[in-house]
Parts: sequence; C-alpha cells; structure tokens
Amino acid sequence: MAIEVRIPTILRTYTDGAKQVEGAGSTLDELFTDLDGRHGGLRERLVDDKGLRRFVNVYLNDEDVRFLSGLDTPVKDVDTVTVLPAVAGGDR
Amino acid sequence: MRYENVLDSLGHTPLVGLPRLSPPVPAGAGDVRLWAKLEDRNPTGSVKDRAAFYMIAQAEKEGLLQPGSVILEPTSGNTGISLAMVSRLRGYRLIVVMPENTSTERRQLLRMYGAEIIGSPAAGGSNEAVRVAKQLAAEHPDWVMLYQYGNEANARAHYETTGPEILEDLPSITHFVAGLGTTGTLMGAGRYLREHKPDIKIVAAEPRYGELVYGLRNIDEGFVPELYDESVLTTRFSVSSADALRRTRQFIDAEGIFAGISAGGALHAGLGMAAKAVDAGERADIVVLVADGGWKYLSTGAYSGTLEEAESDLEGQLWA
Repeated sequence: MAIEVRIPTILRTYTDGAKQVEGAGSTLDELFTDLDGRHGGLRERLVDDKGLRRFVNVYLNDEDVRFLSGLDTPVKDVDTVTVLPAVAGGDR
Repeated sequence: MRYENVLDSLGHTPLVGLPRLSPPVPAGAGDVRLWAKLEDRNPTGSVKDRAAFYMIAQAEKEGLLQPGSVILEPTSGNTGISLAMVSRLRGYRLIVVMPENTSTERRQLLRMYGAEIIGSPAAGGSNEAVRVAKQLAAEHPDWVMLYQYGNEANARAHYETTGPEILEDLPSITHFVAGLGTTGTLMGAGRYLREHKPDIKIVAAEPRYGELVYGLRNIDEGFVPELYDESVLTTRFSVSSADALRRTRQFIDAEGIFAGISAGGALHAGLGMAAKAVDAGERADIVVLVADGGWKYLSTGAYSGTLEEAESDLEGQLWA
C-alpha cells in the first residue's frame, strides 16, 4: 500500500531532499508513524502532544484534514497527502 | 444608481448566475446552480475596498488619523490599492510593505495613487512582509498600521455588507465559497450567513503557491491570521495554481467573466461542491466570490498561451 506524501522544502532535510515520499497506514496518525520509521524526526515536526502542530497544515486530496478527522482521518492507497507550512500567503 | 462620491458607491455588487458552469442534474433531482458575486465592481476593483474603507473609517472614528497621518500596511495588492485610493482622497500618507515578486501592474497602481512601496524579499512571501511591517511599526509608533490580518473591521465589513447582500439576493443559498487570505471575507460573511442559515456550508479555497513562498527558516515561523476562526468554516481546500488557472479560463470561456486567478481557485472549490451535491441528489445554490478582475494579472501570462505555459509562467509568482 503506498500513499503519496508531499513534503515542503523546509522538511526535506528529513527526507534526504525528496519532495515526495511514500508511506502506509490506515489513518494519518499511522501514516506519520510509518514515515518516521524511515525518516526519523519527521513526525515530531508535524505533531505534538495536542495533535497537529499549529503552523503545519495537512491536506488529504487537497482537503484540510482539520475539517475531516484530524490525525484519525482514514487514508488509503491512491490518496495524496500534502504537508505545507501555514503562511501569510500572497496577494492581499 | 446615484452616489454623492465614489466612496459611497462601495459594495452592492452584482450576483450573477453561471448557467453554463452549473452541472446538469438527473430528472427529478433538485437544481445545482452556481453563482458569482462580482467584487471587481467596487470602487478600486476588488473586494478589498470593503475591508479598507471599514478599517480606515474605524481608525478615523478612534481619532487615530488626521490629514498628514502615515498609514503602514503589509499588502501586496488589492488592500494596498484600496487604502492608497482612500488615503489620497483623505490626505493620508500610505506606506506599503510588499514582496518583490508581485505583478508589475500592482506596483504601477499603488504609485499612481501616491503610495510609497517598501519591498520585502520574495522568498517567504507575505510572512516576511508582515514581519518587516511589524518591525517598522514598532520603530515608528506614530505610524498607524491597520493590519488587515488582525483588524476586526476587516471581518466586520463583510459581516455588515457582503453577507447581507448575498442573503438578500439569494435566500436559497446553500454554499458560500471564497478565497482564504486574511480570512476576513470568510469570517465576516461566513458568520453572518451562518447566523441566518445554520445549515449553510462555508467553504474556503486556499491558494497553493510555488515552493518559494513557503521558504521559512523553520516551520514554527509560520503564520495564521489573527482573524482566523476555524469554527466558521465547514471545510477548506488547497487549490493549485494549475487548477486555479484552468478554472479562470473556464470563467471566460463558459460565462464570459474576466476574473482574477483567485476567483479561479474559488470556482474550483465551488465546482467540487457542485459535484458532491449532484452525487448526493441534493439541490444546491453555490455562491462563488470573484475577488477581482483579471486586469492586474495579464502580465503573468495567465490569460495567454497554453495552460502549461501559463502555469510555468506563474511559478514563483504570488497569484492570489
């Protein structure tokens, strides 16, 4: 089972520069733990004892997981998970 | 319609149906209709006029502004243009802090209205502009930073104008979809609409930029606008520049509407909601907010050439 996970520039030190990695799990929580096994320290940048870190946004097939089930959001093969830092963004 | 001056002509923008973009539904199923609220029909051509006028009005009410006062604002576009116009009319001096990689039309418009521009490094996008502006504000306590990301008058403008206009024009509304930036539009209009239609879906379309914009020294340097209250939203989508561009062109091709690229992003999310409604066999009246027209983005290549060329031209630029 392979779920595609897109990694932002700032976290690629954990993935040897890879912008995309693959993982497995039936929930986001499991997926992050799985990734941490091969990319040690990555999970801690994303999750703290309260859940997803404040300035980390995670999207499942482009939808913000905070509006799904957070870390308990089910994930499956062919899903794409995108991790992005929270930014002020662009043109306002 | 007659107004005493251009500032009074704020708001009351048209809500137009999108019959060609609205999906067909099976016989017997409720209609799924898309609508666009055309915010380019505001005094300086964008939805930001609402926030800017309200923020300045509030600062005047609090006695913070007199002719000659300096207003400082982190803004790479529409807010700055709007503030510049009002400042010009009221005799204020406006200084804007903005990233270097915004379109040239933007800078021309700001200077045309008399604004002074301080550039912040492109890498780090608006986070950096906000940081630089906050630092300048601390160094110049007599300058007034309205701070669109945290100023309640921003959201209040939408609570008092945008939301009520939409509900009055479309009492049957089921979804409100808008771009997520300072979050003022969604927070203000979203709160108003939820109060009057508790089952309404408030949907955010967040632009996903090229990598440059997300360059931070560390992930804890992130930024969440102080106005943002997650509980007002039903859901939030990340929209790629590719999808936003494709939909911006669809706006033109299908409906003859020349919209800015963020409107394409909102349309993308709106079409997603429409498809869900069709699948569920439910009726829907989906309002998509068109924040501005396409004029300021012509130099980005978004409206000419192939989609692939347009997408690659947009990489590294702040398109919304």
